[in-house]
Amino acid sequence: MAYVPSADAHAHDEPQSFVTKYIWSQDHKVIAIQYSLTAIAVGVVALVLSGLMRIQLGMPETDLVDASAYYQFMTLHGMIMVVYLLTALFLGGFGNYLIPLMVGARDMVFPYVNMLSYWFYLLSVLVLMASFFVPGGPTGAGWTLYPPQAITGGTPGAGWGILTMLVSLAIFIVAATMGGLNYVTTVLQARTRGMTLMRMPLTVWGIFIASIMALLAFPALLVAAIMMFLDATLGTSFFMPAIIAMGREMPHEGGSPLLFQHLFWFFGHPEVYIVALPAFGLVSDLISTHARKNIFGYHMMVWAIVIIGVLSFFVWAHHMYVSGMNLAFGFFFAISTLVIAVPTAIKVYNWILTLWQADIHLTVPMLFAMGFLVTFVVGGLTGLFLGNVVVDIPLADTYFVVAHFHMVMGVAPILVVFGAIYHWFPKVTGRMMNDTLGQLHFWITFLGTYAIFFPMHYLGVMGMPRRYYAYEDYAFIPQSAHDLNTFITYAALAVGVAQALFLYNMFWSAFYGRPSGGNPWRATSLEWQTPDTPPKHGNWGEKLPEVHRWAYDYNVPGVEQDFIPQTEPRPDSGPPHDRQHHAGEGRS
Amino acid sequence: MILAVVLIVIVVGSVVFHFLNPWMLTELASHWGSMDAMLHISFLITGIVFVAVTLFMAVAIIRYRHREGQRARFQPDNRKLEWWLISATTVGIVALLAPGLVVYSDFTRVPSNAMEVEVFGEQWRYSYRYPGPDGVLGYADIRHIGAGNPLGLDPTDPMAMDDVVVHDDVLRLPVDRPVRMMLRSKDVLHGFFVPQFRAKMDMVPGMVTHFWFTPTRTGRFEVLCTQHCGLAHYNMRSHVEVMEQDEFDAWLREQETFGQSLAAADNDEAPDDLVAMGRSLADSEGCLACHSVDGSRRVGPTWLNLYGSEVTLADGSTVTADEPYLRRSIQEPGAQVTAGFSPVMPAYSFDQDEMEALLAYIRSLSEDADQE
Amino acid sequence: MSFWVDRSHPERGTIEPSRTGDRWPGPPERPKLAMRGLLVLLVPLTSLFGLLISAYLMRRHMGDWQPLPLPWQVWLSTVLLVLSSAGFEWARRAAAVGWVDDVRRGLLAAGLLALAFLGSQLWAWQQLQQAGLAVATSPSNSFFFLMTGLHALHLVAGLAAWFRTRSVVAGKADPAAVQSMVQLCAWYWHFLLVVWLALFGVLLFVA
Repeated sequence: MAYVPSADAHAHDEPQSFVTKYIWSQDHKVIAIQYSLTAIAVGVVALVLSGLMRIQLGMPETDLVDASAYYQFMTLHGMIMVVYLLTALFLGGFGNYLIPLMVGARDMVFPYVNMLSYWFYLLSVLVLMASFFVPGGPTGAGWTLYPPQAITGGTPGAGWGILTMLVSLAIFIVAATMGGLNYVTTVLQARTRGMTLMRMPLTVWGIFIASIMALLAFPALLVAAIMMFLDATLGTSFFMPAIIAMGREMPHEGGSPLLFQHLFWFFGHPEVYIVALPAFGLVSDLISTHARKNIFGYHMMVWAIVIIGVLSFFVWAHHMYVSGMNLAFGFFFAISTLVIAVPTAIKVYNWILTLWQADIHLTVPMLFAMGFLVTFVVGGLTGLFLGNVVVDIPLADTYFVVAHFHMVMGVAPILVVFGAIYHWFPKVTGRMMNDTLGQLHFWITFLGTYAIFFPMHYLGVMGMPRRYYAYEDYAFIPQSAHDLNTFITYAALAVGVAQALFLYNMFWSAFYGRPSGGNPWRATSLEWQTPDTPPKHGNWGEKLPEVHRWAYDYNVPGVEQDFIPQTEPRPDSGPPHDRQHHAGEGRS
Repeated sequence: MILAVVLIVIVVGSVVFHFLNPWMLTELASHWGSMDAMLHISFLITGIVFVAVTLFMAVAIIRYRHREGQRARFQPDNRKLEWWLISATTVGIVALLAPGLVVYSDFTRVPSNAMEVEVFGEQWRYSYRYPGPDGVLGYADIRHIGAGNPLGLDPTDPMAMDDVVVHDDVLRLPVDRPVRMMLRSKDVLHGFFVPQFRAKMDMVPGMVTHFWFTPTRTGRFEVLCTQHCGLAHYNMRSHVEVMEQDEFDAWLREQETFGQSLAAADNDEAPDDLVAMGRSLADSEGCLACHSVDGSRRVGPTWLNLYGSEVTLADGSTVTADEPYLRRSIQEPGAQVTAGFSPVMPAYSFDQDEMEALLAYIRSLSEDADQE
Repeated sequence: MSFWVDRSHPERGTIEPSRTGDRWPGPPERPKLAMRGLLVLLVPLTSLFGLLISAYLMRRHMGDWQPLPLPWQVWLSTVLLVLSSAGFEWARRAAAVGWVDDVRRGLLAAGLLALAFLGSQLWAWQQLQQAGLAVATSPSNSFFFLMTGLHALHLVAGLAAWFRTRSVVAGKADPAAVQSMVQLCAWYWHFLLVVWLALFGVLLFVA
């Protein structure tokens, strides 16, 4: 196991060969890049799949995909986006890169485990991709993998496909657990001198709480996956009742499909916040930095993250209002779900209050942060419809749900991902990304996704059910709805193609971008204060940084410079010396 | 600055879109107007928040966008404002939740005079069952499913004898009478949803789920499946016809009860008619869920005029649908897949008699057509 | 930690002065880190077995549930695992005071007892199989095999750590490292013992 230097005085030795430096690397920054690139690559697959689905929905006459391919694409798109892209990117990518830098550590506390985490993740992705090539193709059960249909003959990929998916998920869970172990322990144990918990940037808070949630929630998916695997292979009856599928009696009896749903959503709902909380954290830092103003109500923001994290374990069955579970549960889960809206609303208020009386620089990362706010507000508010059990009953399993979750946990976190990549790219590569391409990318993505998902809510209000391959001859669906579907497809394809701008920008700028210097955004947090950009192995050179203030000292009264890095000492200890700021004396 | 303008356009556009778009609720046909009211309350409250937040952002961006020499105000928090916001949010949440839970408690309480009707789901069609004069649905279990008993009613349960099973037909309901839908499934999860009725519920194999409503206007409405149930989920549909009570009663009286159909089956035991046996087999084995006999397209090719026709396979070659071809397609469905269809059919192994009967039935569907 | 910014000194330009900076425990140190890492690892493991038990309790309410006659071997297993855990405790205490021989003996005993535990569990499996109670025979059987199987898997992983620890002890490594590794093993074993007792209790009393 790699040794973590315990004394400040020793800088890390740079690994020499290409292989140890970039392939079998234990450096959290390299692992973060590996995680991110893999996640982006698999995300491109999910994007292409969504395009193919949209072509079928908007232009069914093209006959490009058949029904079984449609359901397989739908399943893979959902699973990839939620688990293999967003979870991996936020925790494995941003978490890995930013946690040690932001808390002033030289690396994750268990670098070897961290490396293993990435390789397990890669393996899970490869197994997932392999499911395209197994007999029968990947599973088409929908990302929720509800039994019995996930393992009965009428569903595409009910043989090999679902088993491959379950194996891939199990491997992913091992990877996520190893990663989460590192993130949590690093935040708890490896903070540098002066970095108290309440001085950590909100990014770290978001990822930290999300990691704890991942450690608690993913086992539910693992248990469900193992049990379903046994049901499918050994004929046990954990989830499988006695059924006759496709004319044949199955060798099961007495199992409970609802048990799977409970387990799945006990994972699945926290999973939403495992994706959302890092996004909340990252976007807080983007807004504060680019608005040149401290985040409004920092303590409240931290507590909101913690409270949301806790509450999210008590709301899972709001996904099951019409599942056939005991109707009495609806009362409890409607209340708990709507209670969670309060801390979430606080976060939104604090973000927009941060903009008030600020000095807003509409840089590309800031644009994406603003796009996130609008998208998240729409997605969050429609969540109030679906959480309120009686409003959910007509809307469940319609396009309203599709629009809601794409807004709130698809587009919103993805906009943060983009904003954060534009923001931290200079630290990772030492070069800026192209601004014009970035602006173009933002406008197409933001307006395009709004055009896709905002009208989609109304298709759901009308009653259009989700997970339909085609909508032929339904009398209650007017022609105009089909036309809207076609329009949505055009918008989706435009957004899809526009992501090429981003990929091109990212790869081009990595080599030819304008050199950025160490702190192009004039930000306060620790990662911008590294001696080298990109930071070298060990991050901090000879001496660990010392932290003297929170991460949000922007435009402090009496200080000429509009930001004070966290490493900047107070002139002396004690309050009287801070008075000199008011006297207008500059600081060195 | 552009961003602020765009935000304002988004706010105005979204509000205008809400009022002008043609895709709002379908015309209500049940008593769940309260659900619609809750939807509109939700739109109102969340709409206000959406407009307020987005406009606030737009104004902030206009007023506080970066200009030369501008400083931001250092403002860590504001207790009074935050308490005020938390309170206002809580009030809004309660305003949504309280009436919502009141309506929901209606949903959970089925009126005692509700008529019970069973919906039975299987891949990928619905069947229905009425309790008959005794008003009680007889015991049923999928273990009892067999020829002549597609819903698995217990032949020993006297309560089941007067039940009326409606197979491959629409659901008929009397208007203005509360009805409690009892939902069962034969294979996987399904859903039962009529957009005009608003209420819906999943159908779960191994248990009976239920929900209730009162149809409030006559007419014919579509029934859709709302829970992903496999390949033809999108095509699992049926109709419900809401009619006047006396019309409904008259119709129900004409239907054969389960007891009568049992007696009839006992009388002509072992149908010597091969075609009839094949038809009943195709029904009980679920063939007809995917293969239509009227020429309409389902998951698999239609059986109408299939026998003797030229079939184009997925690899582009053609083959005549003769007996060996059909036999092979039943036993090894993946071997010769018809172009344009997914290879999802499981392999079936019938004994000699059953196979003959099935083939006779398929053959009959072509001969009939020839004669016409 | 409070919900609000500290306002006791409104004249301060920046908020939240470094009140706790002096209590910095220093850069991370290996043994302490490993211990914290193990404790964090126990979080998902607790969740895993806890959810398994919840699933068991929910599944139990379905109509087809039949209680499983527990084979007598699980009692033997329980005794073996308790002894194995005690062995590790012995080794841990010996390591704390540097009695290398006792550490070695304790580890050996603990490991062998753990292997015996696995053997006894396998025996129980075999017993059930012979009685015609296979994995898929009834849901309580399925749960028995799943619970014992998952627990045994974690014990096997622990045995890998035990093996490494033994080679470190044999290699006369630095006592601090030995102490740390033995301590980790002991804690993990105690945890698995608690998990086993919980699973066993559920199988026994909530059948």
